[in-house]
Order: sequence, then structure tokens, then C-alpha cells
Amino acid sequence: MSVLVIAEHNHQTVNSATLSAITAAKQLGIVNVLVIGYHCEEVALSLAKVEGVEQVLVIDNHIYQHFLAETLADTIVPLTSHYTHILAAASSFGKNIMPRIAALLDVVQVSDVIAIESTDTFKRPIYAGNAIATLCTTDKIKVLTIRETAFEPAMMAKGNLAPIHTIQTTLTEKTNQLSRFIEQQLCDSERPELNNASVVVAGGRGMQTKENFQLLYALADQLGGAVGATRAAVDAGFAPNDQQIGQTGKIIAPRLYIGVGISGAIQHLAGIMDSKVIVAINKDENAPILEVADYSLVADWQEVLPDLLNRLKMGN
Amino acid sequence: MKILVAIKQVIDHHVAIQVKLDNTGVETNNVKMSINPFDEIALEAAIRLQESGIASEVIVVSIGEKPIQTTLRSALAMGADRALLIQTDVETQPLAVAKLLQAVVAQENPQLVLLGKQAIDDDSHQTGQMLAALLNWGQGTNASQIILKDDEVQVTREIDTGLEIISLSLPAVITTDLRLNNPRYIKLPNIMKAKKKPLTILAAEELDVDITPRLQTCKVELPLRRKTGIKVENINELITKLQTEAKVI
Ligand SMILES: Cc1cc2nc3c(=O)[nH]c(=O)nc-3n(C[C@H](O)[C@H](O)[C@H](O)COP(=O)(O)OP(=O)(O)OC[C@H]3O[C@@H](n4cnc5c(N)ncnc54)[C@H](O)[C@@H]3O)c2cc1C
Ligand SMILES: Nc1ncnc2c1ncn2[C@@H]1O[C@H](COP(=O)(O)O)[C@@H](O)[C@H]1O
Repeated sequence: MSVLVIAEHNHQTVNSATLSAITAAKQLGIVNVLVIGYHCEEVALSLAKVEGVEQVLVIDNHIYQHFLAETLADTIVPLTSHYTHILAAASSFGKNIMPRIAALLDVVQVSDVIAIESTDTFKRPIYAGNAIATLCTTDKIKVLTIRETAFEPAMMAKGNLAPIHTIQTTLTEKTNQLSRFIEQQLCDSERPELNNASVVVAGGRGMQTKENFQLLYALADQLGGAVGATRAAVDAGFAPNDQQIGQTGKIIAPRLYIGVGISGAIQHLAGIMDSKVIVAINKDENAPILEVADYSLVADWQEVLPDLLNRLKMGN
Repeated sequence: MKILVAIKQVIDHHVAIQVKLDNTGVETNNVKMSINPFDEIALEAAIRLQESGIASEVIVVSIGEKPIQTTLRSALAMGADRALLIQTDVETQPLAVAKLLQAVVAQENPQLVLLGKQAIDDDSHQTGQMLAALLNWGQGTNASQIILKDDEVQVTREIDTGLEIISLSLPAVITTDLRLNNPRYIKLPNIMKAKKKPLTILAAEELDVDITPRLQTCKVELPLRRKTGIKVENINELITKLQTEAKVI
């Protein structure tokens, strides 16, 4: 078995989700990693140091600056013939390009894999994680997206430096007449990223205003964590869309999740069930989130949150 | 221009799903079914483009078993002009659906195909991208804004790090995210009107596409349950528990 992992990066650093995909790939066979980008030597170099990586392939060209799905798929498909499996993280990047690659190869894709049973059998959540399906396919190439929270990130190996091979692209600027990049509006933040923060403080509609969310940021900063939100909170403008947690947002698995003013709809719970410890603060003792919380506090957050923050600041 | 909207009928998102005791799947008998919420958003987007004079016709298409007609009728009541049911009893999987949609596109020649970003039953998140690949069209996934300009469409996409704006040449495939719009409620008189709108049923075989499922489901089981938690009385107790019992702060 030989596995190709499509790396996700911003031309400088590797996204941690790729390291989880490498861990999944190691369970399948020999791992090659493909880095496509522009001035992305650093990315290739850091992946060459990752445990279990046998070879890094690099395609460096300005046409890859914005990771357009059409350009990436046309570049990746001709490289796949030696491989039994093509993997990427189930992030917005992987979700965008992998089905396009699978369809061009005329093979099915298994999305959001959480466990590898054998080289052709995989587990994945369905119905917002309310059921787990075990699926198998006999397609010649298995295209998988990997759920980051289900696999530990692969580590840097001491002394390992896998060979790095540069491949020239046969595509030019003119190849892709289908799509064009215009701009990106990134919510850059000093805080850890939601997907891999060890602490996440999340707020729901019960926070009532965007201003009140500041308290959650203060709490997150105190705990070295990130801030997340429910769909209702994002829709109400309390938080940006990239902070949505759940079935249709981000899937998280922090050591500690604190949910404040969140009812616990299944679509939200879908994103937090792998958290090690769940704390819920809700004034309604019947809120469903209390049923999955390890520690629940039935209270108005306005009465308890400032106190919690102060106590943490004072080191109790 | 014509817009094609792909609609999947799924278990209503309010229903608490039951895993069958023999682990073969999820109970769908006597369960409330509805249009996949993302597809409702896609349809709303298409109707608005028609209302603003940009689109000339909105066609909805669904692939699956006969009862889906009910969902297609609701789509007509919402405002679609006509509906197409590609009837099959075979389990519909994204690659096969994309191939059938490709065949429908060849017949209908739409300039834009709108789909949901994911079906909330299989959560696959694949069909739109697969269709775009098969057609060799541009794709705009997870759209939270769609602006049509001459022979291009500008799509704002929700991505992990924020928003991305791309421009696609037409024809193109777009998949919708939750914040694209809030779908309208169906008005009673429109339900009556919808009964008169055309709904064509076509057997999947007629489209000459191989739709044999290529993914086998070996087992469907419940996720692991979390152990029952406890109620704490106040912040003092919470902090103590987190420090000494859970050891997470
Ligand atoms: C297709 C689809 C996909 C979806 N995807 C997602 C998703 O990915 N993520 C997601 O989160 N949702 C998602 N949703 C929405 C989901 O169904 C719920 O509507 C949403 O999660 C509710 O958010 P909430 O808990 O913030 O709001 P509400 O359900 O309104 O709950 C607010 C809670 O705050 C509590 N509260 C109010 N005031 C206070 C106070 N002063 N102190 C303490 N507690 C207080 C209330 O008791 C209540 O429990 C999706 C829905 C659909 C249909
Ligand atoms: N059986 C189907 N009939 C019509 N449209 C479908 C069907 N299955 C999937 N789709 C469309 O593809 C989108 C994504 O589905 P999926 O790839 O299964 O998550 C859905 O939101 C629908 O728009």
C-alpha cells in the first residue's frame, strides 16, 4: 500500500490537521506527502522531518498561490497512479478539493474518517455524529478525508529527513479558465486556533450581545484557549463564521470545553463530543447540553462568569 | 438563464434519529422527512435570482424513491417552476448522484447548478464538487454570498480561516452554506398553485448512468456515550472539580 497525503499549509507553515492525516496514512502503508504551493520550501522541509514520512513531493509555482480547487485537482490527478490511497484533512481545504479529485478518478470518497479498520474499511460519523457507519469500498484508489480530532498529530522524528523531490508543473496560468481568486478576509487572531486549542470557551445565543462575548475572550485568554460559538450566536453577529462549532462548523476536541448560554442542539453537540471535559453554564436546568456535560452549573452567566474570571486571574 | 437546484429529501433535522437494532442503518419508516436545509437555502437563492430578473427558470431535481415527490411539491410551492424526479430505489451516493446530475445538466443546459454544501444525513460534503469535476466547470463551495456579473459569478466562501471571494466563469456549480439567506415560508395559496406545476418522473435507468453503489455499509452503530456528569452548585465547586478531579486547569 502506498499513500499520498495532500498537505495543507499557507506556503509557510503546515496546518496541524495534515499531521493528523499523516498519522492515519501510516496505518495504511508507506506515506508520501505532496506539497503544492508558491515559495513553500519551508513547508516541504518541515514535513520531511515528520515521523513516518518516506518522501516529500513539491510542486512550487505562482499558479498555486490561492489553492484554487480546479488548478489543484488538475495537478494532483495525474500524480495519483502509483498510489492506493489519497488522503487530506477534512478541513475546508480538503472538503473543497478531494471530491473533485475523486470524481476525476471515477472513485468514491469516504469523508471525515475517524477510524481505519483495514486498507479498504473505514469508520465515519453520519447524522451529525448520532450514528457511526463502517464503510468499505473496492475502488482502485481510496480517497479519504480525515477528521483531525480522531488522530493524534504525527510527531517530528529525531534526525529523520525524508528525501524531497521537486516536480515541475505542466499547468500554466492559462490552464484554469474556470475560476479566479479575488480576495480573502482572514480573521487573524493572536489566540490559538479553534481546531487545536486545548481549551475552548464557547458562547451561544444566551450571551445576548457581541459585547458580552468579550467576557468569553477574557476567560479564554486566562486559560490560554480559543473562543467558539453556536450557529445562533454567529447568525446574531456575536462572533465571526469561522468560530462556529458543530455539524456544519468546526469539530473540536479540546482538553476543556466551557459552553455558556448554549442550549445543546444536536448540531452543536456534533462538534464537541470528543472534548475531554465538558463544562456547561446555563440558567435552564432542562437544557440538553447539561446531559452531556461532565460539570454543569445551572446559573445565569451574568452572575457567575465575572466571578469565575476573577478567581482564575487571582490564581484562586 | 436557467438554474438547476439539486434537492435531497432527508430525515427532518428536528427528529432524534434511531439506529436500527440490527445495525444495518437508521430507522426511516414513519419518520418525518423534509428538504435538506442547505438545499432549501439553494432553492431560496435561485428564486431570488429569478425575482431580480437574472434567472429565467428554476428547475428542481431530486434523485431517489417515489415519495420524494412530496418534497418536490414543497419546492414548487416555494417558487420553483418545475420539478424533476429521477426515480431509483438504489441507495444514492454522492458519485452516482453527481453522474445523474451531469446527465440532467446535459439535457437541461442550465448556466448555474446550486446544491447544498452537505446533506445532513450522510454529511458527505461531496456531490457539488464531484458534479463540477465531471462537467469540467468551476466550483464555488460553502457560499455565503453569490453575485452574478455578466458571464461571471462572484462567490464568497466560508472557509476555516474566514472568508474567501472567488469568481467563476459561467456555467458553474455552487454549493450553499447556512448564511447565504433565510428561506421563505411557503404561503398557503402557493401550495395550491404548486399542484398545477409540472413534475416529471424519469426512471434513473433512462439516463444510462451506472449508479451501482460503490460504497458498502457494513455496520451502523451508536456512538460511544459519554459518562454521566455532575451538577456543581457554584463557581467554587466548579474550580475545585476542574483542578483536583478533572485536572484540566
Ligand atoms: C442544517 C443545520 C445545521 C446546523 N449546524 C449547526 C452548527 O454547526 N453549530 C451550531 O451550533 N448550530 C447549528 N445549527 C443550529 C442548531 O440547531 C441550534 O439552533 C443552535 O445550536 C442553537 O444555538 P444556541 O444554543 O446558542 O441558542 P438557543 O438554542 O437559543 O439556546 C440559548 C441558551 O442560552 C440559555 N441562556 C439564555 N440566557 C442565559 C443566561 N443569562 N445565562 C445562562 N444561560 C442563558 C438558554 O437557557 C438556552 O438554553 C444547525 C441547524 C441546522 C438546521
Ligand atoms: N439524492 C439526491 N438528490 C438530489 N440532490 C442530492 C442528492 N444527494 C445529494 N444531493 C445534493 O448534493 C448536496 C450535497 O450532498 P452530500 O454530498 O451527500 O453531502 C445536497 O445538499 C444536495 O443538494
